[in-house]
Amino acid sequence: MSNKLNAKIPAGPLAEKWTKHKDSLKLVNPANKKKLDIIVVGTGLAGSGAASSLGELGYNVKVFCYQDTPRRAHSVAAQGGINAAKNYKNDGDSVYRLFYDMLKGGDYRAREANVYRAAEVSNAVIDHYTALGVPFAREYGGMLDNRSFGGVQVSRTFYAKGQTGQQCLLGGYSALMRQVQTGSVTMYPRREMLDIVVIDGKARGIITRNLITGEIERHSAHAVVLATGGYGTIYYLSTLAVNSNGSAAWKAHKRGAFFANPSFIQIHPTSIPVLNEFQCKLTLMSESLRNDGKVWVPKAKGDKRNPNEIPEEERDYYLERRYPAFGNLVPRDVASRAAKERCDAGYGVGDSGLSVYLDFRDAIKKQGEKAIESKYGNLFEMYEKISGESPYKTPMRIYPAGHYTMGGLWVDYNLMTTIPGLFALGESNFSDHGANRLGASSLMQCAGDGYFIAPYTVSDYLADEIKTPRIATTAPEFDAVEKEAKERINKLLSVNGNQTVTSFHKRLGKIMWDYCGMVRNEEGLKKALVLIKELESEFWTSVKVSGTGTDLNQELEKAGRVADYFELAYLLCVDALNRRESCGAHFREESQTETGEAKRNDADFAYVAAWEYKGAGPQHELHKEELNYEFVKLQERSYK
Amino acid sequence: MNFKLKIWRQANAKAKGKFETYDLKDASPEMSFLEMLDYFNSTQIVQGKEPIVFEHDCREGICGCCGLYINGRPHGLMNRTTTCELHMREFNDGETITIEPWRSAAFPVIKDLMIDRNAFDKIMQAGGYITINTGAAQDANTTPIPKANADDAFDAASCIGCGACVAACKNSSAMLFIAAKVSQLALVPQGKAEAKERVSRMVAKMDELGFGSCTNTRACEGECPKGISISHIARLNREFWVAKLND
Amino acid sequence: MGSIFSTSIGKKLVMSISGLFLLTFLLVHLTVNLMLLVDNGETFNKAAHFMATNPVIKIVEPLLAFGFIFHILFSGYLYIRNLRARPIGYAVSASDGTSTWTSKNMLILGSTILAFLILHIANFFWKMRFGEVPTISYDNGITVMQDAYPLVSGLFIDYWWYDVIYIVAAVLLGLHLSHGFWSAFQTLGWNNQKWISRLSTIAYIFAAVIASGFTIIPLYFLIFK
Repeated sequence: MSNKLNAKIPAGPLAEKWTKHKDSLKLVNPANKKKLDIIVVGTGLAGSGAASSLGELGYNVKVFCYQDTPRRAHSVAAQGGINAAKNYKNDGDSVYRLFYDMLKGGDYRAREANVYRAAEVSNAVIDHYTALGVPFAREYGGMLDNRSFGGVQVSRTFYAKGQTGQQCLLGGYSALMRQVQTGSVTMYPRREMLDIVVIDGKARGIITRNLITGEIERHSAHAVVLATGGYGTIYYLSTLAVNSNGSAAWKAHKRGAFFANPSFIQIHPTSIPVLNEFQCKLTLMSESLRNDGKVWVPKAKGDKRNPNEIPEEERDYYLERRYPAFGNLVPRDVASRAAKERCDAGYGVGDSGLSVYLDFRDAIKKQGEKAIESKYGNLFEMYEKISGESPYKTPMRIYPAGHYTMGGLWVDYNLMTTIPGLFALGESNFSDHGANRLGASSLMQCAGDGYFIAPYTVSDYLADEIKTPRIATTAPEFDAVEKEAKERINKLLSVNGNQTVTSFHKRLGKIMWDYCGMVRNEEGLKKALVLIKELESEFWTSVKVSGTGTDLNQELEKAGRVADYFELAYLLCVDALNRRESCGAHFREESQTETGEAKRNDADFAYVAAWEYKGAGPQHELHKEELNYEFVKLQERSYK
Repeated sequence: MNFKLKIWRQANAKAKGKFETYDLKDASPEMSFLEMLDYFNSTQIVQGKEPIVFEHDCREGICGCCGLYINGRPHGLMNRTTTCELHMREFNDGETITIEPWRSAAFPVIKDLMIDRNAFDKIMQAGGYITINTGAAQDANTTPIPKANADDAFDAASCIGCGACVAACKNSSAMLFIAAKVSQLALVPQGKAEAKERVSRMVAKMDELGFGSCTNTRACEGECPKGISISHIARLNREFWVAKLND
Repeated sequence: MGSIFSTSIGKKLVMSISGLFLLTFLLVHLTVNLMLLVDNGETFNKAAHFMATNPVIKIVEPLLAFGFIFHILFSGYLYIRNLRARPIGYAVSASDGTSTWTSKNMLILGSTILAFLILHIANFFWKMRFGEVPTISYDNGITVMQDAYPLVSGLFIDYWWYDVIYIVAAVLLGLHLSHGFWSAFQTLGWNNQKWISRLSTIAYIFAAVIASGFTIIPLYFLIFK
């Protein structure tokens, strides 16, 4: 392990690590908490959870989000559900099993101790959300209902129709609003974080842009918590909100936080396919649909018949065929690649040939339209609005889309980055999902990080800061960082070329999707590195950012994010190139079995690749955090 | 497809706005309404003109950011649809499309079609929550909740806070928004403890912020992209006077 | 408790309760008026006399006046408040298909009904209460009562345009009630998903009964007398 990386994993048996660690963490007495400031950036499940919990503890919390209100953070769009090891179904589930499923799902590229802890706190997350009034689905007896989800053989997923993320987020938002009311939390909506201010090696504040007035603002604190989500929009077309971006994490990275496994990006198998050239996002159809929907393509190439007219024997249920044990419920990466394989081989359906069927005919026949509607009604409605076709009558058409980034800021067991005092929670860190995330575990991890981990570990850090007075925003470090932020804005505005920001974002997205998407190879990645650099320099000479910096300017917002994406995209390809194995969502063509399944290389790559910023371009330095599996034996991830 | 776009332009909150008319050529029926505006903006930018400001984020009808008053209706002509879910195939080629921001004293215009809905946060802060600290919850299955109540609570909770109810109401009333939250939390046992304070405080805040009163026109229900029923307003009214009777 | 009326919902409660009170009055009023159709005035005059002398009605009468006043004043107050809630209106408005024209125009309907009410009071109530109306007795002078029948029938028989005004007013009143009836229950909170359609059906029936009842009377005199 690199000597710059200390994961601080507590010793002892897996099941006792977190409990023991919590007991050893330092505490801050209530009188001192009031004197300590914490900045939280982002208000999704992780951000709202951390902010409200830290506020409840008595700290002064300042929360930032780019939306007009914290309730719109993109956690809102998570559909299918949230896992917990409650074992309410008596089907043999346990914390260990959830841990094991996550670790296996992540293809053994996650840290054992973190994953176990995520599973361990999952039950408390469900309890807490229920107490906050989140209307999870219930059975007739009034007890909580569960459903199964891709990649597992137990039913442990709690859900609220197809709006689980929305319901959890609104629960978290309401708790946050309560803290705003009590005065422990101050909200700063419509702010974009432009940079992190590091003083004497510690994170001490952020520079933000007020998106309404254009004003550049300084905010200081004793600790900074990033909960800024993932960077899936690097593909331009993704299932994310169009304003989701990787800039906060990237800025932290440039200030000294290591970026771990950036190339681990989950491609979600069930999104509505691209329908027009102006499309700006791909709408996700929850993975839970695969519980009742069957995935198939015609057995004959280029079969253009109406799907309902294709008889049973001429359909290729390729997931059931290739993976009899898990069938339609194989993990996301496997389902995505299988769809790509069929489409690349010419069996894809739809005008573009870039989609496969997800068919509910049999489920409707067996359970009735009412039952299917109660489970997926809103998803079906959403699908019909976008595509103009009813899934009750015609099979859905789906195709993979960029979705979730397992990679992110490197953090230790305390969720602290390599910059002391800078924490990263939820999707913005790398810690719990390895090379691939198990379905319904993102809400679980985000909420766990925010409610049940950060409050302990941030307090532990702050216990040594009680003597530090309020950080003055007049410090020279603030001057310097603010100046840089302003210069960059001026630079973006001064290019004054003739191409829109979006056109560059689209082109970058295409490069990434083609060469660093579901399937990667050395030649393609090397090509991508060149193309990204070329596009980046073209951007800085011919982008057109209209308007000014001192006003509401949505083009300027986009431009800053895309400019950061060029740099992140480069690192992403560097990381993908470095990892000459296939694992989880990362599939290197050079590393596959004869049947086309992913071939992992534990001897050479059982590590977390944490990249240190050394200036723009190829100067990144790789630090390896070796993954030592004490409790689980590494196995081939098979769903056959 | 070609359209004539009649769009409200307003430089900032204080400026006096006005309608501008633009011609848009070669839009596609497969575009969503916001993609059509993206496309229009791209044509503006390359001509050196200022693009139209409108709010949007998830583009799948769940974040509640988008909200335009299109041809006389919030979120346009389709029921149970947000602006971002609306597609151009619902319009006629050559049609004039009038686009306005939500109009309400409580939702001032920030720029062009973007409005300030901070009032909703303030209402939520007044009581739209259950008071419980992290760590204090009991096991989630300790209190059974009848499925009918849970489902009803879910229907109320599906509110995305877009403000179409306020935009649609001739009185700019926020009753459906508040009712959705009050009703959701009144339907579950954990929300009962502070139900009276909640409803009193949220209604008082709504009045203070300058929203109008409900005259039961049902326009909110008709325009709510999530189809939230005014039966929740009835529950709010009930909760309210019961709370006040005991004051 | 008192603070309830300082809130918007509290004021709506006043509208709702006073409205329901006025609804019951309308039913009683209609019942008495339908006596006009029974014979040549005896039943009607007796009913009117009963109403004028009944001590319960004596008590209710000022309440009724207050009911009207509250209903009118609060509607005006809410209307102005609601106008202020949207200082800049929309350039284009289209129907959502859910709300009715009636529900959005209760003030216009109400104001027209108020104008009619003034005329109506001047025509009958004022004259009977404060003016000179000949008396009549049906039991050889034991009870003497006002002979209101000629007053009513005379007006409806002699001036056809009065009949038109009364019919139009009855229709407008019906429209007002078709929304007001269920709306009052909604404001009181006596409504849910199932009862919305039931209540609005009852509202339409109630409105139709009131409107047609009050229409029949002038029509009867116009056609048959």
